[in-house]
Amino acid sequence: MTPATPDHRAAPAAWWRLTWWRYRQLMGVAYAAPTVFFVAVFFITPLLLVARMSLSSWPLLTGNGGLNFPKNYLSIWKNALFGPAVVFTIEYTLIVTVLLIGLGLGLALLVQERGRWVDMLRTVILLPVSLGLAAASLLFWGFYSPSIGPINPILEQLGLIHDPISFLGTSLSALLSTSFLIVWKYTGLYMLILLVGLQAIPDDLFEAAALDGASRIQVFRHITLPLLRPSLALALILCVTGSLLAFDQFYILTKGAPDNSTVTVVQLIYREAFQKQNLGTSAAISIMVLVALLVLNTVQFRYLRSSEPGLKR
Amino acid sequence: MTTPRDGLAVLGPALAFALLMSNYVCSSKAQIKPEAFPLAALAAGPATYGVDDGTHITLWSRAATQARADALVKAYNATHKNHIDATYVPTDDYQTKVGAAAAAGGLPDLFSADVVFMPNWTSAGLFTDITDKIATLPFAANIAQGAINVSTWKGRKYGLPFVVDLSVWMYNKKLFKAAGLDPNKPPTTLAEFAADARAVQKLGGNVHGTFFGGDCGGCEVFTWFPIAWADGETVMNPEGTESHLNSAENKGIYATFRSLVEDGTALMPDTKTETGPTWTGYFPKGNIGIMPMPASLQGMANSSLADADIGVTPIAGLKGGQATLVGGDAIGISRDSKVANAAWNFLAWMVSDEAQIEVVAKGGNVLARPDLANNKYSAADPRLVIFNTVAAKGQTPFAKAFGATFNDPQGPWLVLLRDAVFGDASKIDADNAAINASLNP
Repeated sequence: MTPATPDHRAAPAAWWRLTWWRYRQLMGVAYAAPTVFFVAVFFITPLLLVARMSLSSWPLLTGNGGLNFPKNYLSIWKNALFGPAVVFTIEYTLIVTVLLIGLGLGLALLVQERGRWVDMLRTVILLPVSLGLAAASLLFWGFYSPSIGPINPILEQLGLIHDPISFLGTSLSALLSTSFLIVWKYTGLYMLILLVGLQAIPDDLFEAAALDGASRIQVFRHITLPLLRPSLALALILCVTGSLLAFDQFYILTKGAPDNSTVTVVQLIYREAFQKQNLGTSAAISIMVLVALLVLNTVQFRYLRSSEPGLKR
Repeated sequence: MTTPRDGLAVLGPALAFALLMSNYVCSSKAQIKPEAFPLAALAAGPATYGVDDGTHITLWSRAATQARADALVKAYNATHKNHIDATYVPTDDYQTKVGAAAAAGGLPDLFSADVVFMPNWTSAGLFTDITDKIATLPFAANIAQGAINVSTWKGRKYGLPFVVDLSVWMYNKKLFKAAGLDPNKPPTTLAEFAADARAVQKLGGNVHGTFFGGDCGGCEVFTWFPIAWADGETVMNPEGTESHLNSAENKGIYATFRSLVEDGTALMPDTKTETGPTWTGYFPKGNIGIMPMPASLQGMANSSLADADIGVTPIAGLKGGQATLVGGDAIGISRDSKVANAAWNFLAWMVSDEAQIEVVAKGGNVLARPDLANNKYSAADPRLVIFNTVAAKGQTPFAKAFGATFNDPQGPWLVLLRDAVFGDASKIDADNAAINASLNP
């Protein structure tokens, strides 16, 4: 934008341009205002209240009972379920992230070509994404149930098993059964994210590599993967964050069973608030998780961004 | 995409958290002021039966007991000028909803509670004191006392029995016959229960001796606590602050069920994995010999279990005796109600002879008035008489921190129960210490 010129013939235009600029500034503020409003009302204010709650004695039924810092935070360390919940949440996150990103990438590579059956395949893989997580969890709870589930009777009819499989009965089977649900539900989403990234890679790079006699593996390692990095970064952050906040699937499928071996951190937050009716300790755990996520996301971005220029070479 | 917008991505999870928290925020705007009870409104109203002048009364209850609660509401609306607007809340969300409404001063006129949660709510001052109103009822002494006892806080009464649920033993008469047992001689001790289950187990095939919800704390509160009570023993002190769940009596109960699990009489792996939602679904399938069940025959009979084969007997102790857990819902007038006298009209009618016989007994359900156990409807089915007479021998456990201790899937009672039956039984004493800690937060 050039400033107004001293030329008097241009003055009306300059006058108009200035106003237009100011008008644009005002428009900018107007456009941003709803977002600012919603962020302030639905994010900043609750966050401050949660912070205050975490510093206060705040029973669910009787409300604010005044400051008691640092009691809520100290009680986290005395909570016997906290350590195992953190370990389990991380364990679950690792399993699910490896499976989702790996399978998502594999499927994206598989369906990136055009073709009639490919369109159908994409749709089929993507369909579960449109289902709500709670609804999907309830559906799988029915499948896995030893009392009403259809899977065991079918497998028994086929003669594949003699004794029914206890899908949610042991800590390992409960973890794997829940991971299976999540993989079924979300692989399509990660396939889509990575597919968009794949299709953004210019074809001439692949052609040039083919002319140079590069093998398929070399093309994947030195062209596809580096150029897919931004999409992979997005997928990774979404997946890790989502998994660390896992709640619905475990709340519905396992309720933390068997023997508290599938309790996630967010389940603990819920338990403190609504079973033990203590919003103070619940808020304290929330704040801890928020800080952990901020640190983790920052580290992920730093790592992924700092390595980008090197890869552009 | 080459420069990810880290601001947004960091905000994402943070926003998710803030939204999660905003739920708590809403429920914390107002504080509870116990002195704000509309006592003046109560004192001014007509005694005994309240007023029936066309007032609209709001009522909340949980979905689990909706059928029986709604039968009472519909009958009341059909016969009174007052009108009850009932809302049935999904059971798992009910505590949360009441908690949020309590904090915001938005409780309905009447609301019910699973009886075990009553102390938690009466102690927080959510209900109006109805001690004097109950005393004016001519049949006050005949109302099932279990629900009233748990609705009493510091000597004042806040609730009446709304829906009554009992635990009994149910046995399959057809399987008893096939196993060579007398279908008209149900067990009278826990040892006989186990022996009968083992006899049925010998039939083999897909028939099993017994079943219980082994990963469900509430199920065993409902069905094992009465075993100790039948022997005259206790599970807690009356104040609900000290657990006796590691007593010799209770250890004997766990040992019996442990042996049924170990020798395969209890259906496995279902017994070990049942977390509660389907535990009552097994007996009606017709292949379980004997197991504890809620006392309701509604919808039990089907193609694989004839009504005539459903045997009912009271829960017995290790040595004998009879007992039950009087569960279900208690109901009271909220402290926020502006129409307490109209709301009381519903409560007084609800426990009257008329409602109990023509609505509750007619529907084949357990009465809130044990004195009416022998009525024209129960005469047709002796099992209903068993339900109603055992109700008089029932107890309701009392503890302020009941939910977090016994119903919570991550609570300490479930840890004790699973160690005692499936795991390392030597940990019972240590687990009991955890229960004591939970009872005294």
